[in-house]
Amino acid sequence: MNVATSPPDCLIVHGHIFTSRLLVGTGHYADLEQTRAAIEASGAEVVTFAVRRSNLGQDAAQPNLLEVIPPERYTLLPNTAGCYTAEDAVRTCLLARELLDGHDLVKLEVLGDPRTLYPDIGETLKAAERLVREGFQVMVYTSDDPLAARKLEDLGCVAIMPLGAPIGSGLGIRNPYNIGLIVENARVPVIVDAGVGTPSDATFAMELGCAGVLMNTAIAKARDPLLMAAAMRKAVQAGREGYLAGRMPRRSLGDASSPLGGLFY
Amino acid sequence: MIELHINGEAHRLPQPCTLGELLQRLDLQQRRVAAELNGWVIPRSQHGACVLADGDRLELVHAIGGG
Repeated sequence: MNVATSPPDCLIVHGHIFTSRLLVGTGHYADLEQTRAAIEASGAEVVTFAVRRSNLGQDAAQPNLLEVIPPERYTLLPNTAGCYTAEDAVRTCLLARELLDGHDLVKLEVLGDPRTLYPDIGETLKAAERLVREGFQVMVYTSDDPLAARKLEDLGCVAIMPLGAPIGSGLGIRNPYNIGLIVENARVPVIVDAGVGTPSDATFAMELGCAGVLMNTAIAKARDPLLMAAAMRKAVQAGREGYLAGRMPRRSLGDASSPLGGLFY
Repeated sequence: MIELHINGEAHRLPQPCTLGELLQRLDLQQRRVAAELNGWVIPRSQHGACVLADGDRLELVHAIGGG
């Protein structure tokens, strides 16, 4: 069976079905047109955004982010970026649900330290529990700790999103063994969120068995964001197919690919 | 005259009005914003019935780029 005849390999998050395993953010772009074009080039179907105070002096004619990522076309994923307490994260999600007319899929992130932007797991657990109780479908940003991942899954989170490295660092997958353990233990999709800097980082995450990769800065801060978006699309797909294909066994010594018989010298 | 805090800043309104009227005055009515009054989210359907009072704390938020 080849790829063309096999059943479609979809990412399924709590019943939402996606053909793309690349999820993208909307920060750091030069303007909304670049945001729109990069998202389109990435092929992403899930797009995350932040919630902030409206500028009261704003010109009403100024375009709005939701106009370039229309909810009819994309699955919008409001996030709680910038929250340092469970309470603020829950408030943000409640406002996001109102903003999107009852949409309840959210990306929870509760930070613990402004320098590393590492998640505060205690507050994340508290927020996750409340949000699940309030009927939200919670995709949760977490550390690469397999125990934290398990607890968040047990609370009812619909996707576990461990960091590969600190947010915006572009350092890649710093602890592949832990990411592998989280994937092995999880019954919900594991999506690497944060840390990916290059297409090879994204491929590596997928080769580890992750269900997807969420990224923002790696695309938006590339010299050519549109080209990088297209590269990431292929990288995630390549990593997924490589994972499904199953890698060759590792050997410590050489093993000739050409037959040793029939030599004429 | 009532005084309320909108997005952390003090605003004076000559007379009490509803949240819907305030959004219209701020030219935000046609835009996708969500409102939280004194810590409670006010659904869009209730903006017209929600009367603002002296000392209210109102947050008006919208979607913005982020990861």
